[in-house]
Amino acid sequence: MKRIAIATLFFAAIAALWQLMVASGRWSPMLLPSPLSDSEYLWSALLDGSLLEATAVTVRRLFTGYAIGVLIGLPLGLLTSASQFFEDTIGSMALGLQTLPSVCWIPLALLWFGQTESAVLFVVIMGTVWSVVIATDTGARTIPPIYARAARTMGSEGFHQWTRVIVPASLPFLVSGMKQGWAFAWRSLMAAEIYVTILTGFGLGHLLHYGRELNAMDQVIGIMLVIVVVGLLADKALFSPWERFLHRRWGTGLKPA
Amino acid sequence: MGPSGCGKTTLLDIIAGLTKPDRGRVLADGQLVEGPGRQRLVMFQESALFPWLTVLGNVMFGLKLRDDLTDVERRRIAHEHLQLVGLEKFAHANVHELSGGMKQRIALARALAPDPRVLLMDEPLASLDALTREQLYADIQRIWASRHKTIILVTHNVREAVCLGDRIILLTGSPGRIREEFHIPLPRPRDINSSALSKHAARITGALKGYIGGEVGE
Repeated sequence: MKRIAIATLFFAAIAALWQLMVASGRWSPMLLPSPLSDSEYLWSALLDGSLLEATAVTVRRLFTGYAIGVLIGLPLGLLTSASQFFEDTIGSMALGLQTLPSVCWIPLALLWFGQTESAVLFVVIMGTVWSVVIATDTGARTIPPIYARAARTMGSEGFHQWTRVIVPASLPFLVSGMKQGWAFAWRSLMAAEIYVTILTGFGLGHLLHYGRELNAMDQVIGIMLVIVVVGLLADKALFSPWERFLHRRWGTGLKPA
Repeated sequence: MGPSGCGKTTLLDIIAGLTKPDRGRVLADGQLVEGPGRQRLVMFQESALFPWLTVLGNVMFGLKLRDDLTDVERRRIAHEHLQLVGLEKFAHANVHELSGGMKQRIALARALAPDPRVLLMDEPLASLDALTREQLYADIQRIWASRHKTIILVTHNVREAVCLGDRIILLTGSPGRIREEFHIPLPRPRDINSSALSKHAARITGALKGYIGGEVGE
């Protein structure tokens, strides 16, 4: 309760500061709309449904792209951790491509797929997959070999050993890897939505882009706030249960009382 | 027993089937050992308990790999073994919540539960404090008396060997060879601090000193 109160107070203070800056009159309201006019914009966008629709479009793309990215990245990461051949091939490719900012995929995606849903998905997947590969690889390599030895003596081999020992043992790394992949997916998607104008659905990135085109600063700031909130909520929904499980089982992340 | 680096752990690994011997072969009940098998379970120096499972989940791990049991039987056996090591109350605890001694007890329960023919112990008590270790000497002897498993224990500690072992085989280092064998005819349960035990321990320490020139491993 106290923590919520502190957080609320903190954000209220920021809003108050913002209002003070507007009231000082030093900046044109075109460039710095007041918190009130911003809330008015958000409220009207909420009422006419455009905000919810854009959020739904964005979240759908994000989850589709992210899920595909993880589904490709996770097994690839396990492969590169287990075999020298895959480490030297896919592993080094992942290392290289991970350093490529995902915005750099956009020109290629546009030329390959045109202004389509596939282009957006492609950028999100490319943004996600390599960091998931690397995190999974690191995770599977870092687990103490004694776990695998103990499991082998009890008769665990092959597929059983992968699913019951190696994957759960590297879970702390997998979750942080998936979290990192998630952060990349979210950034890639916003970059893609701002640059790729497609007709199959307006996402939050598009609203942001049009806010700029129309010089509608209240829209720009409002949508940025929504993007932050969506990112926070998705992060909590996706990872909080896993992190709680990890902390409970592994005894990590305990705060001193 | 033997000095560090004489191949005690390697030998245990070969018996377990975790390491392939360069030459020779291991027979268990007349069967060639070609890989790990649940007739020869290992208890390691660190507990090697799986942190992603609860205590009960750890004890169930080996049982789940036995197809001849039903789930109800597995559960019953797991609880029996937790009782055997005196940690029934901790069935649903997480591994990180246990002390070092408790972890080794759970590791013992996990190794015993699938009912192996042989239990291989690789310095299982080396990382524990003296008090906990003495408690576990008593526990291991009690459990051995009730289950009558063949136990092969690797240790650096002469008194520990005399307390737990019926036969003590001294190995020498590079190349690893059997040097000498001792029989310990003391009645059980044995107290690690008893004078009869000290006498045997002194004899073995003497033998160790004799052939490695005072460089004893403990």
